[in-house]
Amino acid sequence: MQSAQSLSPKDFLIKLSENSGVSGYENSLAPLVIEEFKKLAVQVDTDSFGNIYAHRKGRMGKYKIMLAAHMDEIGLMVKEIDERGFLRFTTVGGVDPRILLSQEVIIHGKTPILGVIGSVPPHLSATDSDKAVKIDDMGIDVGLSLEKIKETISVGDVITFKRNTIDLLNGRMAGKSIDDRAGVVVMKVCLEELQKIHHNHDVIAVATTQEEVGLRGAITSTYTLNPDCAIAIDVTHATTPDTKGMVETELGKGPVIALGPNFHPVVYEELVRVAKENRLPYQINPIPGRSGTDAWAIQITQGGVPTGLVSIPLRYMHTTVETLDLQDVIQAGKLLAYFIAGLPEDLEEKICY
Amino acid sequence: MLLKTLTELNGTSGDEKEIRNLLKDELEPYVHSLTTDKIGNLIAQKYPHDQYEGPKVMVTAHMDEVALMITSISPDGFLKFKPVGGIDSRILVSKAVKINSSLGVIGAKAIHLQKPRERQQALNFEQLYIDIGAKSKEDAEKQVKIGDYAYFLTETETLGQGFLKGKAFDDRVGCYVLAELMKKDLPLNLVGAFTVQEEVGLRGASIAAFNVQPDFAIVIEGTISAHMLHVDEEGWVTEPGKGPAISIMDRETLYNPKLVQQVISLAEKNGVPYQLRRSNSGGNDAGRIHLSGGGVPTITISVPCRYIHSSASVLSEKDIEDTQRLVELVLTSLDELKY
Repeated sequence: MQSAQSLSPKDFLIKLSENSGVSGYENSLAPLVIEEFKKLAVQVDTDSFGNIYAHRKGRMGKYKIMLAAHMDEIGLMVKEIDERGFLRFTTVGGVDPRILLSQEVIIHGKTPILGVIGSVPPHLSATDSDKAVKIDDMGIDVGLSLEKIKETISVGDVITFKRNTIDLLNGRMAGKSIDDRAGVVVMKVCLEELQKIHHNHDVIAVATTQEEVGLRGAITSTYTLNPDCAIAIDVTHATTPDTKGMVETELGKGPVIALGPNFHPVVYEELVRVAKENRLPYQINPIPGRSGTDAWAIQITQGGVPTGLVSIPLRYMHTTVETLDLQDVIQAGKLLAYFIAGLPEDLEEKICY
Repeated sequence: MLLKTLTELNGTSGDEKEIRNLLKDELEPYVHSLTTDKIGNLIAQKYPHDQYEGPKVMVTAHMDEVALMITSISPDGFLKFKPVGGIDSRILVSKAVKINSSLGVIGAKAIHLQKPRERQQALNFEQLYIDIGAKSKEDAEKQVKIGDYAYFLTETETLGQGFLKGKAFDDRVGCYVLAELMKKDLPLNLVGAFTVQEEVGLRGASIAAFNVQPDFAIVIEGTISAHMLHVDEEGWVTEPGKGPAISIMDRETLYNPKLVQQVISLAEKNGVPYQLRRSNSGGNDAGRIHLSGGGVPTITISVPCRYIHSSASVLSEKDIEDTQRLVELVLTSLDELKY
C-alpha cells in the first residue's frame, strides 16, 4: 500500500545520483534516503556517524540480517583561494586526475556555486598534450571576484561534480556517484520486495558513510547492530574495450555474487542457490583477498559476521559517467529479498562451518 | 536568449545546418536578402545594393564549432571518433555527448584498474571511445552512422557574476553579435556573412569574400584566453572582463597597423574598454578575407573566452556588450578611417 507512493528504482537512482554527499558530508543526502526508507520500514534512524538504518521486522525477530550500501561519493575539496580568484583543490577518495579537465563542479560554500575546471586551449598547449595534467596544475573558475569568493567560499568546502544522469540505450544509465547509490536503490528494491513475502528474520538496511575513505561507516554501523549475517551491496567493474583481460563481469548480465576469504561460503552458496531457484541472472566474482567494499570491514566486526557481497556491474567507475544497466539493480534487489526470505528459522545452524 | 539557443544547438564544420536555419529565421524580418552560397555560408544583405553609396562592408562570424566525427563502430557497439577542428583529447574524458538524438558518454578505465604509469599519460584519441549503451554494432547502427558527429552536451548558464559558461562560444558569440547588428538600421552598405568551416581551415570565408567583394571587413570572433591559475600574465593572450580584444597579428594575418591604431583611438575616444590580443597563435577568417581579390582591409574584434574548444568555456557578458559597441563604432566611423 505504501509502496505505491514510493519512487521507481530509476527515479530514486536519478535523485540520489544528482544529489551530493561527499564522504563525511553525507548529511545533504540523508533526507532523501530517510524519506524513501520510511515508506518501507517500521523505523528509520541515524547515528552520530551519519549512517542511516531502516528496520524491518521479521516474523521471528531472533536474528538480524544487515544490508549495507554506502551513500558517500568521491569528490574534491577547496585547498586554497588564489589571489586571482581561482580555487586550488585536493581530492576526497580515489579521483583520477585525468577526468577533471573541463569538468563542471559545484562548490558547496555558503550557497552552492557553479565552477569549471579550466583547460589551456589547444592553440597554446599542443606540445605537451601527451602528458596528463596534474591536479596541482588545475584551478576552478567560478566567475566571481576575489571579494565575492571570500564571502561565500572557504578553504575546506567540499566540491562535487555537476552531472545530470544520462539515459543511454537498452535501459542503461550514466551519471556520477552511481558508486554506490545504486546499492542504496538495491536495498530499497529488496525492502519493497520483502513487503510482499514472508521472512523469519529482522532486516536492517544501512546506508553507510565514508566508504570511499576507508569503509568507516561500515565499521561503526556493524558494531552498533552486531548482526548475525550481513550482505554488502556495492558496484564492481564491468567490461569495456580497455579492460579486456582484467575484468570478466558484464553489464546487464545480472548481479554479481562474490566468493573468497572475505565471504562466508554458506552465504555465497545460498545466494547462488536462490538465484538459480528463482531463475535470476547472476554472475560470480572470485576475489582472492581484500574486496575493497564494506564487506571487508563488516566481516571482522565484534565476534565476526558471516558476510556476503552482491555487486552491480559498472563501467567507468569513479568518473562522472559511471554507467550501469538498471535491470541489474532490480535483479539484485530481488535476489537479496529471496535470499532473506529463504533463510531458515535456525540461522545459526545454517550459517556455520 | 539568442546566445543560449545558438550555443546549445549543434553545428560543426560541414554540419552547420541547425545554426544556419536558426539565423535565417531570426534575421528574415530584418534584412533585404538572405542567401546561402555553394559552400553553405549564410549571406545577409541589409539593404538593396544601391540604397547606400560608400564602401561595401562585410562583417563575418563563423557558425561552426569543434566536435567529434564517428569513424568506426566496434563489434561490441562502442563508437570510435576523430576530432573536427582542434581539440585536446585530455578534455574529453568523463564527458557526455549527443549524436543525432542519442546520448553517449566518453568513459575511461577506472582508476582502480590503472597502473601508476598509466596515470601520468594522457588518454589519446585512439584510446577513447563513446558508449551509447548499445549491445552490439548492429544495435549501435540503428542510431548512429559512420560520419555522424558527436557534440558536447553542455547547458549555457550563468557562472558567478557577469560570466557565462557554455560550449561553442567560438564562434557563436560572434554569430550573436553579428545577428544583433544586422537587426539594427545602420545607414551602410552592409553585408553580414555567417561563414562555415572556419575550424578546419578558414574555408567558408574564402568563398564569402570572393562572392561579396567587400571594401572593408570586420571579423567577430570568440578568441583564446589563457587567463588561468597556472599561466603567468604574459601568457594570458586576453583576459575576460577587460573588453573586446583587437587583433594585431596571428598565424594567418598581419593586421594593418594604421587601421588597428585608428580602432584603438576610436575605442579610447568613446570610452569603450578594449585590450590587445597578445599572441601570434591561432588564426581566423581574416586570414582568407584580407587576401581576397586585390586585398581587403580587415580587422578582427573578439570576445575573450577561457577554455575555448572544450566542453565548458567561459566569457564575460560585459565583453559581449562592449564588442557590440566597438563594432558599431567602427562601422559608424568608417568615413573617418584611413585604410
